[in-house]
Amino acid sequence: MIEVESVGITLGGRKILNNINATFQPGVPNLVIGASGSGKSVFLKCLVGLLTPQEGKIIYDDQDFLSLEYDQKQELRKQIGMLFQNNALFDSLTVEENVEFPLKMFSSMNREERKHRVNECLSKVNLVNSNNKFPSEISGGMKKRVGIARAIALPIKYLFCDEPNSGLDPLTSRVIDDLILQITKDLNITTVINSHDMKTVKDIGENIIFIYQGAKWWQGNKSDLDTARAQNIELDSFFKASF
Amino acid sequence: MNFFTEIGRFMIFMKYVLKRPQKWSVFWKITFREMHNIGIESLVVVALIAFFLGAVTTIQTANQLLTPSDLFPTQLIPKFVVGSVVSTSAILELAPTITCLVLAGKVGANIASEIGNKKISEQIDAYEVMGINSASFVALPKIIAGLIMIPSLIIAANFLLMTGGAVATKFTSALSFDDLIEGARMVFHPEYVEIMLIKSFIFSFIITSLSSYQGYYTEGGALEVGAAGTYAVTRICIFILFFDLVIAQIFLGL
Repeated sequence: MIEVESVGITLGGRKILNNINATFQPGVPNLVIGASGSGKSVFLKCLVGLLTPQEGKIIYDDQDFLSLEYDQKQELRKQIGMLFQNNALFDSLTVEENVEFPLKMFSSMNREERKHRVNECLSKVNLVNSNNKFPSEISGGMKKRVGIARAIALPIKYLFCDEPNSGLDPLTSRVIDDLILQITKDLNITTVINSHDMKTVKDIGENIIFIYQGAKWWQGNKSDLDTARAQNIELDSFFKASF
Repeated sequence: MNFFTEIGRFMIFMKYVLKRPQKWSVFWKITFREMHNIGIESLVVVALIAFFLGAVTTIQTANQLLTPSDLFPTQLIPKFVVGSVVSTSAILELAPTITCLVLAGKVGANIASEIGNKKISEQIDAYEVMGINSASFVALPKIIAGLIMIPSLIIAANFLLMTGGAVATKFTSALSFDDLIEGARMVFHPEYVEIMLIKSFIFSFIITSLSSYQGYYTEGGALEVGAAGTYAVTRICIFILFFDLVIAQIFLGL
């Protein structure tokens, strides 16, 4: 579980996030939604420590992330998997080497065990026969799958996905959503997904946080959405603009 | 960003870079690959430049010292002096400084662009989120590889400079091969080699650390990656020449 308490961050003299409070439970997809420029990506970067908020607390299962020393943060991060918006695959490594990378760095597995684990992860994301291809040789959807496979190669407790559907066609988007949902449930991990894809929100939004102009505007789940839209003009406008 | 802020940021960067690698086997594998990239792939360009530089320095020095002029109608300077000048220049200046200025363009720009590209494509963030010390992971193998390979290139450049000079004596009647070698032997001091090695290690560190730093803090897109390479080369050249002066003053200043 991740608890976010009164998080605020100012970048370049501009307040980007203001007093964000949230709780992200394991086993369900937690969605952070909002228009472009609302602060979603900054929020996600704060959660994983790529940016340091000036205010508030981020608590990973009783560990106050922001008060940890650098080495302690790095230790905690070994339990984190992240799917980046632009995939962030290592372009000089093949698909197999990308997925194997965290295993090489942090596990004591031998070559055979690593290969077995890599194939297991790749088959979990339905990606076979692409082991020796480079990221530049595969499609956007395949890159996302490799990113997910790499993120789950080690036994993680937290998964962060920054716009997992960006640049994908609707069909592939649905596949990626289903994959993230399945992994979240199977591994019982805390998953936080940044998205402005309304299909994703309606399909898998168990816990949804709507960020508007850097502040938490609404929180609920997919079944509350219609009621919330009727009462909340900003949320309604965002939905209408997104479809 | 002002000069002192930049120095502070560089020190913080180096604090993270000089941490113990998280996995030695991976570290050495990357370091050996970098040694190949920095050393072996630069060998031809360094060899060519050193050879031609040695030849040109020999011909020009011979021309200046041995050509009779109105002021000195007869030759007053012994021919072996040319060998002394060429060999001393090669050891103290041409091999370490010129080689490193060339490597600033080749290796420095390459490192800055490579790391800058990793930065803008979020690969550095990916390392960090995985729990890897990204600064150390991307920069330390390059710095260690540079500290091993660049001094080796400089030593090779030294021999090739003298070889270039020796070959040049075959094309000029003003100076013989024996004059060149005799001059080189007469003024040889082991301390000169020590100074050359000190320079080579300092310059190697400047090339690899500054270019890594420049790449690591790249922000923006492809344009900024290109700019990072250019900034890196400019700064490396300035720092190399500055430290060249400092070392010359410390060890050779009268």
